[in-house]
Amino acid sequence: MRHLWLTAYTDVIESLRARWFMVYSLVFGGIVVILFAFGLSESRIMGFTGLSRLLVTYIQLSMAILPIFVLITTVRSVAGDREAGVFEYMLSLPVSLSAWFWGRFLGRFFVVFLPVFLAMVGGVAWGLAKGSEIPWNLFIYYSGLLMSLAWCFLGIGMLISTLARSSDVAQGAAFLVWLLMLLFLDLILLGVLIQEQLPPDTAVAIALANPLQVFRTATMMLFDPQLALLGPTAFVILDRFSVDGYIAWAVFYPIAFGSLAASLGYFLFRRSDLP
Amino acid sequence: MIQFSGVVKRFRRHQVLQQIDLLIERGQRVALVGSNGAGKTTLIRCLLGEYNYEGLITIDGMEPRKHRQAVLSRVGFVPQLPPPLRMPVGQLIRFAASLCNADPARMQGVADQLGFDAQRFRHQPFVKLSGGQKQKLLIAIALGRDSELLVMDEPAANLDPDARHSMFRLLAEKQDKAAMLISSHRLDEVASLVNRVVEMDQGRIVLDDEVVDSVDMASRLAVNVRMTQPEGAFAKALSQWGFSESGDACHWTGTIAGPDRLRFLGMLSRYAAILGALEMSEPDASPEKVDVA
Repeated sequence: MRHLWLTAYTDVIESLRARWFMVYSLVFGGIVVILFAFGLSESRIMGFTGLSRLLVTYIQLSMAILPIFVLITTVRSVAGDREAGVFEYMLSLPVSLSAWFWGRFLGRFFVVFLPVFLAMVGGVAWGLAKGSEIPWNLFIYYSGLLMSLAWCFLGIGMLISTLARSSDVAQGAAFLVWLLMLLFLDLILLGVLIQEQLPPDTAVAIALANPLQVFRTATMMLFDPQLALLGPTAFVILDRFSVDGYIAWAVFYPIAFGSLAASLGYFLFRRSDLP
Repeated sequence: MIQFSGVVKRFRRHQVLQQIDLLIERGQRVALVGSNGAGKTTLIRCLLGEYNYEGLITIDGMEPRKHRQAVLSRVGFVPQLPPPLRMPVGQLIRFAASLCNADPARMQGVADQLGFDAQRFRHQPFVKLSGGQKQKLLIAIALGRDSELLVMDEPAANLDPDARHSMFRLLAEKQDKAAMLISSHRLDEVASLVNRVVEMDQGRIVLDDEVVDSVDMASRLAVNVRMTQPEGAFAKALSQWGFSESGDACHWTGTIAGPDRLRFLGMLSRYAAILGALEMSEPDASPEKVDVA
């Protein structure tokens, strides 16, 4: 266990000094600053105003940016480390493969979630300073969703990094995975498939299996509890899950998905050539 | 201590190691030489349990892949190319020492002996150090603990003469307790460090020979060199070995590490045409003088 935390800590130290982390932090911090600067917290949409409006917009933007950012930075740095000889040296030290793999996973999770979370905390702090009412339930729920999304895509990233032997291939594969999930959002290919008479159960199964769609639906649910925006699929989802059930699914399913992907990555990692 | 039995390594259809059989006993210092692509790095990675392979590799009866931690806690490894780690020097030492159950102060002490002040550079990212500094630190991490097998890939390539001498002295302290596997493209770089040479070519061992082991690894030689005429390039080469002018531009004196004598003579051979005289002596021995002119 000591080696696991030591590896996690080392990975955090490595990542905090990396350029990608600076860009990553600037993007998420920048989003919050821009949203405030453009007076978003003063505007109103679908009954949302103040900090709630800001958080709703922030999480929608996060859905677009976070997965691809987490995927690309993870596969670039992990596969890049392997190419550059970091694995060769670090794995010549007497650290167990499980401590190494899961330590890196935990360290990386901390690093990718922290800027996203701190940007939200910054927004809330700003709101507090201006005397706005703080939507704590929204803040906690969105924190959970973002944590779950980051965990999910980090797990996928670790799996891709294990499978791909070069950072170029890893980046290409990561982009394809993200594109595939994006295409199967209800707005794009899933909508077309439904139009082409895809059985509703299949459409719902695809929607429930796609972590991006799960996240999108869950964020929608807060300002549209009947999921009117989603169309007839909403009936199936709400009938089977209820609002609370779906919220639980949205938080726990991506975590399970990411854990499964990372576990598969670990299984392959310990059986394959390491550097 | 280390046994390779019928070790085969394939990358897809390409067979990189072909039925390697090798036994290395404690106290042996083995030079692993061969050209690029001979299979040296692959053999080392198999030994470190980093690659899967067919056949059997054991270190004191344990397989490195199955008993990773037990095996690697006995192994000190110095790679040819330092990894581009961004963590600070102090953090790297603490990390390695903690994994190896070693004392970080001991690693720092070895780094000091090699001429690298780890305490002064403790906040500096490892990747920002010079090539020589990185090499010294990695050697310090490998030697600053109770390793029974030292695996080093071109360990002295980036070191200045003083650091090379310190490294030879540190290796001398370990030579009875540990086995050493030193990989290099060129035999003359490592010949005086070892007592056995294993040459690889296209994944096979093509030579396995003993080396006369009379050089004291911790020894130093006092050297006087006389040129027949002043020559800038020769003077520059001698300066890099830490030599200084003695009287005039044609006379140079300095000291070299005992195991470095072959490498030093190799350098001198490039200037044989202007070499007037050469005198090399160990502190307690009468000088061997060669009057070239």
